[in-house]
Amino acid sequence: MSQKIPIIKIKEDLIVSFLSDVDDIAALKLQSGLLQRIHDGKITGVLLDLTVLDMVDSFLGRLISDIARSSAIMDVKTVVTGIQPAVAITLVELGLELEGTVPALNVEDGIELLNELKKSKYDLEI
Amino acid sequence: MRRQEILQNIQIENNMDLVKARQAVRIIALDLDYGIVNQTKLVTAVSELTRNVLMYAGKGEITIELIETDTKKGLRITVTDKGPGIPDVDLAITDGFSTGKGLGKGLSGTKKLMDDFSIQTEVGKGTEVVIIKWMDSNK
Repeated sequence: MSQKIPIIKIKEDLIVSFLSDVDDIAALKLQSGLLQRIHDGKITGVLLDLTVLDMVDSFLGRLISDIARSSAIMDVKTVVTGIQPAVAITLVELGLELEGTVPALNVEDGIELLNELKKSKYDLEI
Repeated sequence: MRRQEILQNIQIENNMDLVKARQAVRIIALDLDYGIVNQTKLVTAVSELTRNVLMYAGKGEITIELIETDTKKGLRITVTDKGPGIPDVDLAITDGFSTGKGLGKGLSGTKKLMDDFSIQTEVGKGTEVVIIKWMDSNK
């Protein structure tokens, strides 16, 4: 038995809101599901919202980082939003920096940041 | 130790037991008025240790105890399994070392988050990890 984490698509972005307590199998399914959706096309950004997630251990930390790095290879930006203060403190003490992700305070800022990141990419290409 | 009382035993056998273990620790820590940061550290530590049991031993057990000395009160959590054991403990608790799929932060990270961490292991027999987090911990 396992939970299911929904993936919501808005325009060209995929938005995922993590549950308060996510099991490993659900997290792994989310990872493969997200990357498949990106591969299917027309996705330019991923937003992972951790607002209600009350714990990130080394497994989840690695998974979030892997999602971001895999997405980057597929030319998609990843923003992580809403990390709780206690989770941030614990992550730093564990030495987990969520490599490859760009942080934003909340979903609204996160969407804006994604748009900025996409724009700056085109600036570079010009 | 002036007082020690078993609050809960949890059997670890599958993926959802990991979620159960985290929730049990969260509820107990909340009941005891641990601060949010220490609650999170306890839950994270238990998650790391439980996952190790599932990954390497397949099954095991968690015992959560309330302990009290003359000066302080805290939670002692014992995670045991009858798995393969750890051949080189010093190496296993080194930051960045991993034989599994993790980042090698599991045991070393758990140690950093707790006030006390001890591990006993024998190859072919199993492993026992005991962690303590005091209620007024500033670590």
